[in-house]
Amino acid sequence: MQTNQDTLLELQDVTTTFFTKQGEVRAVDGVSFSVNKGEVVGLVGESGCGKSVTSLSIMRLVPQPAGKIVAGKILFNSEDLMEKTNEEMRQLRGDRLSMILQDPMVAMNQLLTVGTQLGEPYKFHDKVSGSLRDMCIRLLEKVKVPAPESRVDDYPFQFSGGMSQRALIAMGIANSPDLLIADEPTTALDVTIAAQVLKLMKEIQKETDASIILITHDLATVAQLCTRVLVMYAGRIVETAPIKTFYKHPAHPYSMGLIRSVPVLGRPVDRLFSIEGQPPSLFAMPKGCRFAPRCNRAEKRCFKQYPPETRLEADHSVACWLYAED
Amino acid sequence: MQGYILKRVLIAVFTIFAVLTVVFFVFRLGPADPVSVMLPPNATPQDAENLTKKFGLDQPLGIQYVNYLKNASQGDFGASFRFGEPALRVVFERFPATLKLGMVAFTVSVIIGLAIGIYSAVKPDSIVDRFGRVTALAGMSLPSFWVGVMLILFFGVTMRWLPIAGRGTLLHYVMPAFCLSLYPIALITRLSRSSMLDALKSDYVVMARIKGVPEFYVILLHAFKNASIPVITVIFGVLSGLMLGSTVVVEYIFSWPGIGRLVMESYFARDYPVVQVFVIFVTFVVVTLNLIVDIIYAYIDPRIRYQ
Repeated sequence: MQTNQDTLLELQDVTTTFFTKQGEVRAVDGVSFSVNKGEVVGLVGESGCGKSVTSLSIMRLVPQPAGKIVAGKILFNSEDLMEKTNEEMRQLRGDRLSMILQDPMVAMNQLLTVGTQLGEPYKFHDKVSGSLRDMCIRLLEKVKVPAPESRVDDYPFQFSGGMSQRALIAMGIANSPDLLIADEPTTALDVTIAAQVLKLMKEIQKETDASIILITHDLATVAQLCTRVLVMYAGRIVETAPIKTFYKHPAHPYSMGLIRSVPVLGRPVDRLFSIEGQPPSLFAMPKGCRFAPRCNRAEKRCFKQYPPETRLEADHSVACWLYAED
Repeated sequence: MQGYILKRVLIAVFTIFAVLTVVFFVFRLGPADPVSVMLPPNATPQDAENLTKKFGLDQPLGIQYVNYLKNASQGDFGASFRFGEPALRVVFERFPATLKLGMVAFTVSVIIGLAIGIYSAVKPDSIVDRFGRVTALAGMSLPSFWVGVMLILFFGVTMRWLPIAGRGTLLHYVMPAFCLSLYPIALITRLSRSSMLDALKSDYVVMARIKGVPEFYVILLHAFKNASIPVITVIFGVLSGLMLGSTVVVEYIFSWPGIGRLVMESYFARDYPVVQVFVIFVTFVVVTLNLIVDIIYAYIDPRIRYQ
């Protein structure tokens, strides 16, 4: 993987381990990928596959003291975030590097006004010009919260779910970050509100030209927003593909399963497809391919050794023995 | 909010009344009566009868109780059997000494307890955390009468560093205040540590860090504001009553001239009016502080305020 000028973020073999009483857990195991400037990338996978830990690793906010990034490089604007001091990271966070959490009801501090929480990215990065309150009102306006002049003084519990998510997005984009990680921004919302929030994110992306990593387990969301997809399984990236290729010619059996399990409007089905079995326990990872125990095309070697990454096209690669050249 | 406060005040009045009633009857069920305790050994039966009449103890218990309530509602809590002065005045004369000792112990407990608790939560398994956990366990388990006696033995008798009784200089405060604050420190440490640990794990703390909020503000503004709610309940609601209760033992051990020692002496002398005033007073303080806690809640948590 070579770094070119357009690359904003590049992860090289990032491994994040949790040291628990039951043993070590590699939540993220040698993950490498890159995100270009202005690109919207979807990071897809089941719950517990390491999506959120990957994003927290990029923010260098892996829960302490149990979690630790034990190996790898995280290049952001060609600088390795692993070598930054805590204060340097703090200055980057909320400014160049930002994130939106999934559940707005718990991601907002219930005891502080929305305005106070919106103002923090400005306040702690010395970006206050004029009245901080006015800046917060403009921010709420941007994310289309109605009556922002009075809403700015409200507490989070006075906001509806959709409005809270908008306010949370507003906090994330306050300083127009270069990279915005959205961790399942619509999971906690009902379908109509989710559609509005996605539309809003699309508009903001166009306006600010920020790179976005959209973490989700919802393929429909990916289809709406992303240009490229990363599929993660049990702590590793198993397939990377442009959005169209991914839907038309998924390569990894896991990706195929994911796509087959999405119901299609107008096509009747007896029974919705589902991938048999459970993801492996993080404490007892299979030796070979982690998907092998659930894979209907698994061969002998799949259980013995982890497959190498194979490049199918310039921007489409997969880690599966089916495609390995040997 | 006003209806809420009014309701709380009515409950408070009822609580005081209930506590007073229980104390009034239970105290009188005891074996000794004040007259036999107070009279010299060579007193005649006539003397005893006169004294009984003077205190109004010759009347049936029910009548005594009704009379007491009638007078108490007009602010007359009877005269102390021992001093002959109004019981209320006897108690309040001794109160400043208790208040000073209590305030010292209270302030020390809150500062030390919160400091160790918060630091331990921010840096779990650090030396401070380990030390704090052991100390908290000791502070909760060791009875204050034993700690008091051991302190006197070591610092007072063996080392001769600190005065063992009475009050006057600042040094007189050290041992009784320490003795009184041991349990509260332990309680505040444990509680603030656990509620801070919970708060620091929450999503709003992660979100604050994502926004680049400096750690100092993350800990105090975001985490501690949320963690403070249970801590405040304990500090004001529970500890105040607990400390007023432990003053009885601690003041007695260190001969501190406050209401704690007074009530102990009055109890032995069967001085009903003084003990009753003490009980009413303690109940009043605890109930009032709990009322204040409820108001502080509304101030901290907008969800209560806006209801």
